[in-house]
Amino acid sequence: MNIVVLVKQVPDSGADRSLRSDDNTVDRGSANNVINEMDEYAIEEALKIKEAHGGEVTVLTMGPDRATESIRKALSMGPDKAVHVVDDALHGSCAVATSKVLAAALGQLGADLVLCGAESTDGRVQVMPHMIAERLGVAALTGARKLTVDGSALTVERQTEEGYEVVTASTPAVVSVWDTINEPRYPSFKGIMAAKKKPVQTLSLADVGVAPAEVGFDGATSAVVEHSKRPPRSGGEKITDEGEGGVKLVEFLASEKFV
Amino acid sequence: MSEVLVVVEATREFGVKKVTLEMLTLARELGTPSAVVLGGAGAAEALSGKLGEYGAEKIYAAEGEEIDGYLVAPKATVVADLVARVQPAAVLLASSQEGKEIAARLAVKLDNGILTDVVGLAADGTATQVAFAGSTIVKAKVTKGLPLVTVRPNSLNPAPAAASPAVEQLTVSVTDTDKLAKVVERVAEQKGSRPELTEASVVVSGGRGVGNADNFKLVEEIADLLGGAVGASRAAVDSGYYPHQFQVGQTGKTVSPQLYVALGISGAIQHRAGMQTSKTIVAVNKDAEAPIFELADYGVVGDLFKVVPQAAEEIRKRK
Repeated sequence: MNIVVLVKQVPDSGADRSLRSDDNTVDRGSANNVINEMDEYAIEEALKIKEAHGGEVTVLTMGPDRATESIRKALSMGPDKAVHVVDDALHGSCAVATSKVLAAALGQLGADLVLCGAESTDGRVQVMPHMIAERLGVAALTGARKLTVDGSALTVERQTEEGYEVVTASTPAVVSVWDTINEPRYPSFKGIMAAKKKPVQTLSLADVGVAPAEVGFDGATSAVVEHSKRPPRSGGEKITDEGEGGVKLVEFLASEKFV
Repeated sequence: MSEVLVVVEATREFGVKKVTLEMLTLARELGTPSAVVLGGAGAAEALSGKLGEYGAEKIYAAEGEEIDGYLVAPKATVVADLVARVQPAAVLLASSQEGKEIAARLAVKLDNGILTDVVGLAADGTATQVAFAGSTIVKAKVTKGLPLVTVRPNSLNPAPAAASPAVEQLTVSVTDTDKLAKVVERVAEQKGSRPELTEASVVVSGGRGVGNADNFKLVEEIADLLGGAVGASRAAVDSGYYPHQFQVGQTGKTVSPQLYVALGISGAIQHRAGMQTSKTIVAVNKDAEAPIFELADYGVVGDLFKVVPQAAEEIRKRK
């Protein structure tokens, strides 16, 4: 099975993140950039499927030059190769345009199965799997907590607010995964060394056949008008329990009309 | 005034969700609200009373196995056809997984911009969003097409405004491509009478400090006394104390209730990502240096196994 895993480089969610003041895009320059955490689960799932059924695992990233670091990190877990769509014209692209570029690249790669994280930690928008599936005319099974592959038949178990549902489709398909699906492996030393030699193909916009006017700020379908830091919350009253902590807590709740 | 389409979010168990009422309230500021019900046979009939109560002037319904038996693709096709026909001023969906997914497909079908996790929408289409774990406020606009936005639950107070909507059944003409992802089984899990996590006005969450799954009864007890939902930190979920669907924070749910009660939660940034826009936050933790106290309007440093039962007793006394 030919599996492509979508990987996004994001600013570390454990650190302070901001938008740039000059063009309102995510500030990646001053951030510690990492693989989107949920994508590691997608990579793990791809590797497990390959181990059970054979095939090839390709990492696909759209992002600036520095996304190379995340691609090498992804490869160190075990995928065979990577494709990096990189082009200065892509800076400022909206989700709709991003899905156009990724779908075009996927069309060239001819994947049986596209795996990705259910959301990224920067945007948390969750739209990419369905946008890509809509463009490719394939099924999208999203938010998988369990994925079973039997030949071309895919079965996904996904959490819903009322319980869970079981959804089926045939390849080709896009499947997004939650972090409940598996436990991603740590790259071994051997894996890290091997990743340095694995092929990383770079593709420009022209290579994937998308016009510069369709992406970036020119092609954006939405725009940030302004942004500001939310004033940080300041801690209120803090007491130490000396036997009456529970009562005092309820007194506070009562003063705020919650009790 | 132009129609504003509100794609209804409802559950089998509780009917119309609060976020739908919020969207209808918001839609009234922008135009004439029309509710769009996408579900099983008879769904619109069951929901029309509530939708009318909150100002839906019209209800469009697409019902049946063709809609309900698959993941979101058929629903997106129906809404896209409706948008082309009625040319609404805006389309509002819930910022839930399904709402975002329908919106995603609509954006591609209509070649239209999309804004998610919107907490406010002005008449000129300027949306307010909260980004980066609640630390950044963004004003953004759709610059291509109509405002297509997903609204985050608990963004505004729903206000009733009685209307008596007529139901129009839509002709459903979905393609084979829309039916590639088939739902073969839906399993309801016991959740009792507690409100849904993202919609609840009170959320009581437990963290690693709760210690084990059995002790979560304490968290549930406080939640029930306050009429709230139960949440859990990632540490608690990863330790197997509470199921994943109740996880609050990064890789879990984002909540924005009137009151958030954090019990035995240290307040790692990944947890704060999911709760720091809550109106009032209180915390109980034995570590006086826990970062949760930086957010808490009221904090108790102490043993939660002493403080929480005493608080429960005090609430009962006052009832």
